[in-house]
Amino acid sequence: MKLELRGITKRFGALVANNNISLTVESGEIHALLGENGAGKSTLMNVLYGLYIAEEGDILLDDVVQKFAGPGDAMNAGIGMVHQHFMLVPVFTVAENVVLGHEQTTFGGRLDLSAARAKVREISDRFGFDIDPDALIEELPVGVQQRVEIIKALSQDAKVLVFDEPTAVLTPQETDELMIIMRQLAESGTSIVFITHKLREVRAVADRITVIRLGTVVGDASPTATNAELASLMVGRAVELTVHKNAPELRGPALTVKNLSVIDSRNQSVVNNVSFDVQAGEVLAIAGVQGNGQTELTEALLGLQHHVTGSIELDGKPLRGYSVRHILDSGVGFVPEDRTEDGLIADFSIAENLMLDRSSGAPFVKAGNLQLGFRAKFAAEKIAEFDIRSQGSEMEAGRLSGGNQQKVVLARELSRELRLFVAAQPTRGLDVGSIEFVHTRIIETRDSGIPVIVVSTELDEVVALADRIAVMYRGEIVGIVPGNTPRATLGLMMAGEHAPATESGL
Amino acid sequence: MSTLTQSSAPASAPIVKPTAQIRSWKIPITFGSFAVLSLILFVVLGRGQRGELSTFRLSEGRDLIQLPEVALPTFATGMFVAVVLVLMAAASAWLVYRHAKIPIVLTIPFALLFLVGFLAWAASGSTIPVPGLLIGTVTLSAPLIFGALGGVLSERAGVVNVAIEGQLLAGAFSSAVVASATGNSYLGLLAAMVAGALVSMVLAAFALKYLVDQVIVGVVLNVLVIGLTSFLYSQVLAPSANLNSPNVFARLNVPFLSEIPIIGPVLFRQTIIVYVMYVAIALVYFGLFRTKWGLRVRAVGEHPQAADTVGINVNRTRFIAVTLGGVIAGFGGAYFTLGAVGAFNKEMTSGMGFIALAAVIFGQWHPIKATLAALLFGFATNLQNVLGIIGSPVPSEFMLMLPYVVTIFAVAGFVGRSRAPAADGKPYIK
Repeated sequence: MKLELRGITKRFGALVANNNISLTVESGEIHALLGENGAGKSTLMNVLYGLYIAEEGDILLDDVVQKFAGPGDAMNAGIGMVHQHFMLVPVFTVAENVVLGHEQTTFGGRLDLSAARAKVREISDRFGFDIDPDALIEELPVGVQQRVEIIKALSQDAKVLVFDEPTAVLTPQETDELMIIMRQLAESGTSIVFITHKLREVRAVADRITVIRLGTVVGDASPTATNAELASLMVGRAVELTVHKNAPELRGPALTVKNLSVIDSRNQSVVNNVSFDVQAGEVLAIAGVQGNGQTELTEALLGLQHHVTGSIELDGKPLRGYSVRHILDSGVGFVPEDRTEDGLIADFSIAENLMLDRSSGAPFVKAGNLQLGFRAKFAAEKIAEFDIRSQGSEMEAGRLSGGNQQKVVLARELSRELRLFVAAQPTRGLDVGSIEFVHTRIIETRDSGIPVIVVSTELDEVVALADRIAVMYRGEIVGIVPGNTPRATLGLMMAGEHAPATESGL
Repeated sequence: MSTLTQSSAPASAPIVKPTAQIRSWKIPITFGSFAVLSLILFVVLGRGQRGELSTFRLSEGRDLIQLPEVALPTFATGMFVAVVLVLMAAASAWLVYRHAKIPIVLTIPFALLFLVGFLAWAASGSTIPVPGLLIGTVTLSAPLIFGALGGVLSERAGVVNVAIEGQLLAGAFSSAVVASATGNSYLGLLAAMVAGALVSMVLAAFALKYLVDQVIVGVVLNVLVIGLTSFLYSQVLAPSANLNSPNVFARLNVPFLSEIPIIGPVLFRQTIIVYVMYVAIALVYFGLFRTKWGLRVRAVGEHPQAADTVGINVNRTRFIAVTLGGVIAGFGGAYFTLGAVGAFNKEMTSGMGFIALAAVIFGQWHPIKATLAALLFGFATNLQNVLGIIGSPVPSEFMLMLPYVVTIFAVAGFVGRSRAPAADGKPYIK
C-alpha cells in the first residue's frame, strides 16, 4: 500500500511541531525518517496514526484521502505502529494484548481467546518468532515484547507499518534480527516507515531517507550518503561525530569494587558479584542493554541501594554502608540516568538546582540562612561556564530543553571537588550538539585526573568515550575489554557471551 | 592496560538471575507474638481452671437436621491451643531460617486455631451460637462487599474511589425515602442504585474531565453526602416520619439449601439484598475477567495509552466502570435502611465505606479476594456483638476496636505485597 502525506501541519499552541511536511512511501519500501529528538518525527507519526489531528494537510493511502478521528480508524485503514514505548499491558498475556480493541466474543459476551492464540501462533510461525500466546508480557524480554508489538500490528492486517525508534531498547544482535524482519515484511509488500536518529541503522536498511529538522523536511538522502552528510543534514551544521581524546594518563587505582552484589526490593539479585577497578585519569564505560544491573550498580556506588554486599573503596577508604551524604562529601559526583526524575527538581530554579547537594552548609547556607547573593553569583558563573541557554538563573529548570537540563546537572556535579565521577546515560535524549558538549566535558574531567565511570546503553557513546569497557549482562560483568574492542565483540558480550580469552588477557 | 579485572564467573556457566536470599522474619514474629499472647491469655490468665466448659452450638432451634452441641473444657483447650501455636511459630521460624517459604497450610490453621482458642476462652461457662455468629457475619458484610465491589470496578478502570462511603450513604438515604414514599421497597433499591450512580458520576466527571485529584474529590464527596443527607434528615425526614419508615425486607429461606447444616442458615436464610450480593460478586468477577468489556476496563486501568492506541475510548470506558461501581455501592447502601434498621439515621454508614476501601486494597483489587476481606471485617464486627451478648471478659470498648484493628493489621501487612492497577488514580491526558 502506498502512503502519502501532503502538507501536514501540526501546532501545539504557539509551537509548530510539524510544518508543511510531505512524504511518500511506496508499497514495499522501507522509508527512514531521520531527525533529532524533538524534530517532530513522533508527532508526525501520531498524526498518521490518528492520535493527533493535524491542522492542515492530507493523509492518502493508495491515493485516497483518509480522515482519521482516532487510532481505530487508522488501524482499520491498514496502518500499524510499533511504538517506541511499547503499547502493551504488562499484566496481560500476549494473546490478550494482541486482541485488545478487536476482541471476539462468544455467547454471553465471553471473551474468545482461542482465535487470538491461533493468530499469534500463525504470525509467529510465519516469521519464526516462537512466542507463547499465554506468556505474560512483563515476563518477556524487551526484544520479544517488540515482536509482540509487531504481531499486534500484523494481526490487524497492517499494510503500512511504522516503527518508532525501534532499536533504542535492543542489543546489537536483536537490532540485526529486527532489520531482517523489516526486510522480510517489505518483501511481502508492507510499506515501512522507520523512525530513528541512528545513522548506522538507516544506512543499513532504508531504501530512501527523509531528514526532518525543527518540524520541516530539510532534505532527502539515499542510503549511500555518508554518516557525516546525514548528521549535518540532521543538525543543520557540520558536526563532530568523533570525540577527540588523547591516550589516558593513568595515575594509579582510585576506585576498587570487589564482589559487589545488590539485591533489590523483589529479592532479585540484580548485581551479582561484580568486581572492577577504575584508575585515576581513565574512563571506564559500563556497557549493556538497559536493565542488566547498571542502574543498581551506580546506585550502589552512591549509597542509594539498601541490600549491598561486597566492598567499594575510593582512594583506600571504604564507601559501602555509608550515607549518601557521606559519599557525596567523599568526592563522588553523580549524573543520574533519569535527569527529570532524579537529577533535577523541575519546579526549582536553575540556581536552586545548582545548590541542591550543598544545602547543608557554607558557602550556600550560613546560620541556617540561604545565601541568595552568593547563589545568584554562583549560578551566573555556571550558566556562563556550561553555556546553559536560559532566561537567567531564576528560570525553572523544568522549562529548559533536555540538553540544557543536563548541563545544569553536569554543572552542579562538576563544580565540587571530585575524586570520582559517575555519569549514567549522560546523553540520553539529547540532541547532537549537546552530546558533543557532554562528551567533551567528560573527557576534560578524565584528563584532570579524576576516575570516570560512564554507564551507557549506546554502543556509539561507549566506544567514543571509553578507555576500558565493562559489559554487564544479567547483573554480572561479562568481561572488561579495552576501549578499541570491535563492536561485534561488544555486541556478543551484551548478549551474554564471554569475551574471547585473547582479548580479556590483555 | 595491565590492570584488567576479570569477572569471577567461569566462561561456560549459564547466567541466570538468582533469587536472592533475604530472610523475612515478618511471619515468624507475628506468629510468635500471637503464640505468646495465647500463652498469657489461655494459660497464665487461663479461665475455667475449675473445669468449666465452653459450648459451641452448631444448629439453630428450627433446623431440620440438629447437630449436637460441642462442649470443650476451657482450660485444657486453651492449653492445647497455646502449645500447638508455639510449635507452629517455632516451625515458621525454622522454615524462614532454612530459606523456605511458609506455606499457606501453616498460616490458615494458625489463624483458625487461635480463633478457636480465643472463642473457647471467651465463652468459658457459656455457649457460643456458631450459626448466629456466621449469619451475622454475612449480613454485616453485605454493605462492605457491595462497597468493595464498587471500589474494585472503579479502581480497576484507573479511578481511585474514596467516595464509597458517600455512595453507601446516598444509597441508604434515597432508598429509605423512596421506599417510604411509594410503599415499595423494590423501588427503594432502584433509588439506591441511582443515588450511588449519581455520586460516582460526579467523581468520574471531576476526575476524568477536570483532572482534579481523585482522592480529594472522593473525600469532598463523602463530606458533601454526609452534610446533605444529615441536613435533609433533620429538615425533611425528622418532621414527617412517614418519609422515613420503609418496609424492611424479610429473610427468605431458599428451599432445601437452607436446610443444610450450618451453611444453610448462614447463606440461604438471608434477605434479597444478600442474594443479590451473591449474584453481584459472580457478575463482577465474570465481567472483569471473562468478557471483552472487562479486558478493556482492566486495560485502561493498567496502561491507558496502550488502550487508546488500539482504539478504545479511555475516558468513556472509565466513566462507565466508575458509574457501574457507584450503582453497586449504592445498592449496598440500601442494606442499612431496607436490610437492617428500617429507617435512615444521620451518618448511619459510620465509616463502612472506608472499611470497604480497605477491603479493596487487602483484596488486591480482585472481586473475590475483596469479598473475603470484607467477610473478615464483617466477622470481626459480629464477633464483638456476640461476645458482648454472652458476656466476654474483654472490655466492650476494646472489642469495639476489633474490626478496625483487624483492618489496620490487614492493610499494613498486605498493602506492600498487593499491586494496584498501574494507572490507578492517574488521569489520562494525551
